[in-house]
Amino acid sequence: MNKSVRPPASLPSERATGPGFTDRGADIGEPDFEAIQQSPEFKLLRKRLLWFIFPMSAFFLCWYMTFVLFSAYDHEFMSRKLFGAVNTGTVFGLLQFVSTMAIVLTYRRFARKKLDPQVDTVHELAGVGKE
Amino acid sequence: MTLQIAARTTGSPIINLSVFFAFVIITLFVVYKATNRNSTTSDYYAAGSAFTGVQNGIALSGDFLSAASFLGISGAIAVHGYDGFLYSVGWLVAWLVALLLVGERLRNTGRFTVGDVMAYRMKQRPVRAAAANSTLVITFFYMLAQMAGAGGLIALLLNVHSKGGQALIITGVGLVMVFYVLVGGMKGTTWVQIIKAGLLLICVTFMSVFLLGKFGFSFSAILDQAAQNSSLGADLLNPGGWYGENSMTKLDFVSLSLSLVLGISSLPHVLMRFYTVPDAKEARRSVVWCSWSMFIFYLSILIVGYGATALVGSDRIVSAPGGENSAAPLLAFEIGGAMLLGVVSAVAFATILAVVAGLTLAASASFAHDVYANVIRNGKADPRSEIRVARLTALVIGLMAILGGIVTNGQNVAFLVSLALALAASANLPTILYTLFWRRFNTTGTLWSIYGGLGSGLILIIFSPAISGSSTSIIKGVDFHWFPLTNPGLVSIPLSFLCGFLGTVLSKDSSDRKKQAEMEVRSLTGIGSKA
Repeated sequence: MNKSVRPPASLPSERATGPGFTDRGADIGEPDFEAIQQSPEFKLLRKRLLWFIFPMSAFFLCWYMTFVLFSAYDHEFMSRKLFGAVNTGTVFGLLQFVSTMAIVLTYRRFARKKLDPQVDTVHELAGVGKE
Repeated sequence: MTLQIAARTTGSPIINLSVFFAFVIITLFVVYKATNRNSTTSDYYAAGSAFTGVQNGIALSGDFLSAASFLGISGAIAVHGYDGFLYSVGWLVAWLVALLLVGERLRNTGRFTVGDVMAYRMKQRPVRAAAANSTLVITFFYMLAQMAGAGGLIALLLNVHSKGGQALIITGVGLVMVFYVLVGGMKGTTWVQIIKAGLLLICVTFMSVFLLGKFGFSFSAILDQAAQNSSLGADLLNPGGWYGENSMTKLDFVSLSLSLVLGISSLPHVLMRFYTVPDAKEARRSVVWCSWSMFIFYLSILIVGYGATALVGSDRIVSAPGGENSAAPLLAFEIGGAMLLGVVSAVAFATILAVVAGLTLAASASFAHDVYANVIRNGKADPRSEIRVARLTALVIGLMAILGGIVTNGQNVAFLVSLALALAASANLPTILYTLFWRRFNTTGTLWSIYGGLGSGLILIIFSPAISGSSTSIIKGVDFHWFPLTNPGLVSIPLSFLCGFLGTVLSKDSSDRKKQAEMEVRSLTGIGSKA
């Protein structure tokens, strides 16, 4: 209808499979979100993201709660001296600091390598491009 | 003797005050310079989304380097030892929720408030109203806790002991805070937060490096000395000094930890910070920077806390005015004299100002944007009138905060912080996670999870030992408590997740497929979020 409003299609929208992303239901020049959602590129992005963030969240929550439960209920274990005046509990706590930063940096790396390029791919397909 | 301790605690109120005034003047100048224009809603609520990830990251950490964590946690470590440290760990770990689950997706879908995200693909009016309710309740409790602490801090830092004098200072501080918000909007508030967080980080890093140097860079030597100077003795370093009394206090601690780790990234004023950056990548950078800054801060606080016991001794800390809270100021005086004490005191005082300003902004944004523009005006409000309502709300909330601070002055309201965290974790987090990641989630589910979490949290706290039936309760003399824990998180968080699930499954309305697709694509890729 008003194709002229839409961004120029520098996208592979001519490909045989799947609907073109900007050709349908976009009366105000909006991208067709349902088509993007169904595209294999977006599905890959979603899968990658979810497979990283949910297991990682489950991991850090369990690891943190382990620390909390041990501190609350196993005083003997946590009070054992490891070196000098430093006991298991303190080391356990400092390990939480280390693991947190490790997860932060791992995620940053993962996002840079695996997520951001895929986001760019979806952007190109949708004809939005990078700003 | 007490007089002597008091004098030593406060150092010279004149130095404290002048450093504090210098801070106020510098920040006022920055606020004034930063706000050449504050006319659009985006400028006022989200600083035009023009901050970088680094700036926002430091401001984010500034929201948590409050007087409660600086003075409170260092004091808790000094007096209760290991259990205080245990408490501090949660404040760092919690940022993983923001990093992995919430931050970037929130930036991509919302514009100004939490309500934007919750109502994105739902029926606007009921969900917006619910989101505003939860924001206002959570912010109110959090703010009351901050303001109630102000009185004690004034006694400690400025040596003002009469209730009238404290009320006067609370009013003065409150007015400066309201001024920041009205004139500076989000941009001014953020700059105040950045300056304050920077000062505080420098202070604690300096103190901890100094302490380490004094003890020959041996952490173990500090611990040994601390254990010798503590009334707990060697038990200072072992778990149980604070929460270990009986099985209920232990369970209470588990509940608190859960609220802490899930609640921090669900607080409305924190979530709102993600809108001050231009895109999801910058939102991610904010959390990375914030995590680093929290990492350094809480490691330093660990050393400062034990160092305070090692050098000052726990008996002197407990008997000083301000009790536990005086650990860091006393230590500052011990190692840097009146000047360092002045800086530390002023910074501690400035934190209240900055944190309350952020809270006021979040609450006023929620009321003006969710309630006024979208519920009352049905989304057709003129931006100018929306800002006017936001400023008016900020003024009212600021006055309420001043009044609340004066009324609750001297009350034991520390539990309000953990309550606000528990409420945020139970009312906001399940709803945000469901709406971002569960396609079937619908309006009924949203309302059930918000009100389920908020309602159960509030009911459980009313019937908890924090309100009645124990020696530290607010209401004395009567005992109507039946819920054994002071923190409701352990029950209310899972309950809210369950409510959201049941509400969605049992209701007949289906979710809006088109809107769901839009939200999912937008949250993951940012397509459409710049429009």
